[in-house]
Amino acid sequence: MHLDLPAEPIAPGYAGYLRGKRLFLGGCLALLGILVCVSVSVGSVMIPVPEVVAALFAGRPGDASTIIWNIRLPRVLAACVAGAGLAVAGGVMQSVLRNPLSSPYTLGISHAAGFGAAVAITVFGAGTLSAHLEDAVVVRNPYLVTLCAFVAAMAATGALLAIARTRSSQPEVMVLVGVAVAALFTAGTTFLQYFSSADQVAAIVFWTFGDVGRASWSDLAVLTAVVLPCTAWFLLSRWDYNALDAGDETARSLGVHAERVRVTGMLLSSLITAVVVSFLGIIGFIGLLGPHMVRRLIGDDQRFLLPASFLVGAIILLVSDTLARLVLAPVVLPVGILTAFFGAPLFLYLIVQGYRR
Amino acid sequence: MMLELDGVGFGYRSHPVLDGVSFSVEPDEFVAILGPNGVGKTTLLRCLNALLRPGAGSVLLDGREVLAMSRPAIAREMAYVSQRTEPTRMTAFDTVLLGRRPHIGFGITGRDLAITEAILRRLDLSALALRYLDEMSGGELQKVAIARALVQEPRVLLLDEPTSSLDLKNQLEILGLVREIVREHRIAALMTMHDLNLALRFADRFILMKEGAIHAAGGPEVVTAEAIGSVYGVPVTVEQCRGCRVVVPCV
Repeated sequence: MHLDLPAEPIAPGYAGYLRGKRLFLGGCLALLGILVCVSVSVGSVMIPVPEVVAALFAGRPGDASTIIWNIRLPRVLAACVAGAGLAVAGGVMQSVLRNPLSSPYTLGISHAAGFGAAVAITVFGAGTLSAHLEDAVVVRNPYLVTLCAFVAAMAATGALLAIARTRSSQPEVMVLVGVAVAALFTAGTTFLQYFSSADQVAAIVFWTFGDVGRASWSDLAVLTAVVLPCTAWFLLSRWDYNALDAGDETARSLGVHAERVRVTGMLLSSLITAVVVSFLGIIGFIGLLGPHMVRRLIGDDQRFLLPASFLVGAIILLVSDTLARLVLAPVVLPVGILTAFFGAPLFLYLIVQGYRR
Repeated sequence: MMLELDGVGFGYRSHPVLDGVSFSVEPDEFVAILGPNGVGKTTLLRCLNALLRPGAGSVLLDGREVLAMSRPAIAREMAYVSQRTEPTRMTAFDTVLLGRRPHIGFGITGRDLAITEAILRRLDLSALALRYLDEMSGGELQKVAIARALVQEPRVLLLDEPTSSLDLKNQLEILGLVREIVREHRIAALMTMHDLNLALRFADRFILMKEGAIHAAGGPEVVTAEAIGSVYGVPVTVEQCRGCRVVVPCV
């Protein structure tokens, strides 16, 4: 096919339109940087932001530096990585299942991962449960916990994919399937609790709340080692997700292996969910909040939706965790409670307003 | 002989849909596939670019077996416009740019953008380039879908009932456009169609299907009152009206 290509290649409007989206990404990144500094500075001991910056970048030693490096920073970075990972996983699930109500939490994959992790901890002894709420669960073998969480998450994902194929996945059907999956795995977790001691029950319940404060530097390393490569893969597949958004038939006629992209996307987003749940417990609604806020602002184009969801997810969880540390200070709330307070109304709003697609 | 089908058969489970379909298409031809509902028109179209894999027979493009080609390789040769275009929150420009997917390696290049721009201008869509699909009319959406197919730089364009949801003006515009593109770029286009009069007005060749097989194929002369009566089970007359052949049901 022969085409006369225009001399001036891109419509001027399109360049400006792309610039707007890149600006949005840059703005999110800058905001995240600022929020990291602010979040590190607030808490039971208030550390002025300039001192935070000095400790972080100039390596100045002192009490403040100890608090920052040992307590605040792992927590803040865990919030960023987990928030980013859950949001980008939610965005990918919404695309590959072609269903705007999908997210690790609403589809029950978080609950499945939670059950798997609970099995690893109670049955296989991969962690210690104690009644001290500050340190309810010490994961001794993060690989075993993550593996069990991942296996359970994959079982849930397999069921979802099978049903998505047979019932052409109307959003409502998938969410109902998510309710069933969540109920099933929550029952499994409850079953484990029933055979645990009172202290252990308290600990498991506390653990399922979802809290970024329990991440250590080594937990953070594993989290990052899973979230970043998965996100890189998602970004490389951005055109495939755009093609899937146009419908399976169109995607395949564009040379995309729709089924392969769908299975890989679900597999990797379940992996992210599994590793976040293993280390931090169940944190709901980030996978729904992040992508939908971005959709409203810059549209559905996956080239920008995915990286923006990544950044906005990090911002949401970081802000939520910072608030969770402040609202009832000196009591530090688990962030999962707060995200549920924000997320559940949004979920209802999406249902009432009518989601797109 | 650009596109050649030989004995193509297809069945959903054990229920046969297509049985021994053979025909060939030259570049420069605009082919209409006609026949009643459920006769296998859309199935046939999907077998051409391996969206469905025929259980029997072969599809050759310039002598190469299409069914043995990889999905991206097929997409570089054949484009498909499905009956329904999803009105997502993507701009027209990005949607059309997506048609470069089979050619995109790591990222989009200036050439991809230039081709997209050229097609948008060719189809008079420049003014809509930055509008979201979910804010477009059915006719605009269909033009965007055709633009997306054209930036694939295909040699064969497949259209599944391209005018089924369009008003009269848009029907004429879309089919006129496809015919022009076919002539300009020497590609072949195949469409399934219910509207016999529209097909007679724009297509060069006709394939009349009956019970999963070809009843008649050829130029306008094969679309006779007898053939249509036999294929659709409705008595008709074919008359001349202002230089066009027109099918009028006699009921």
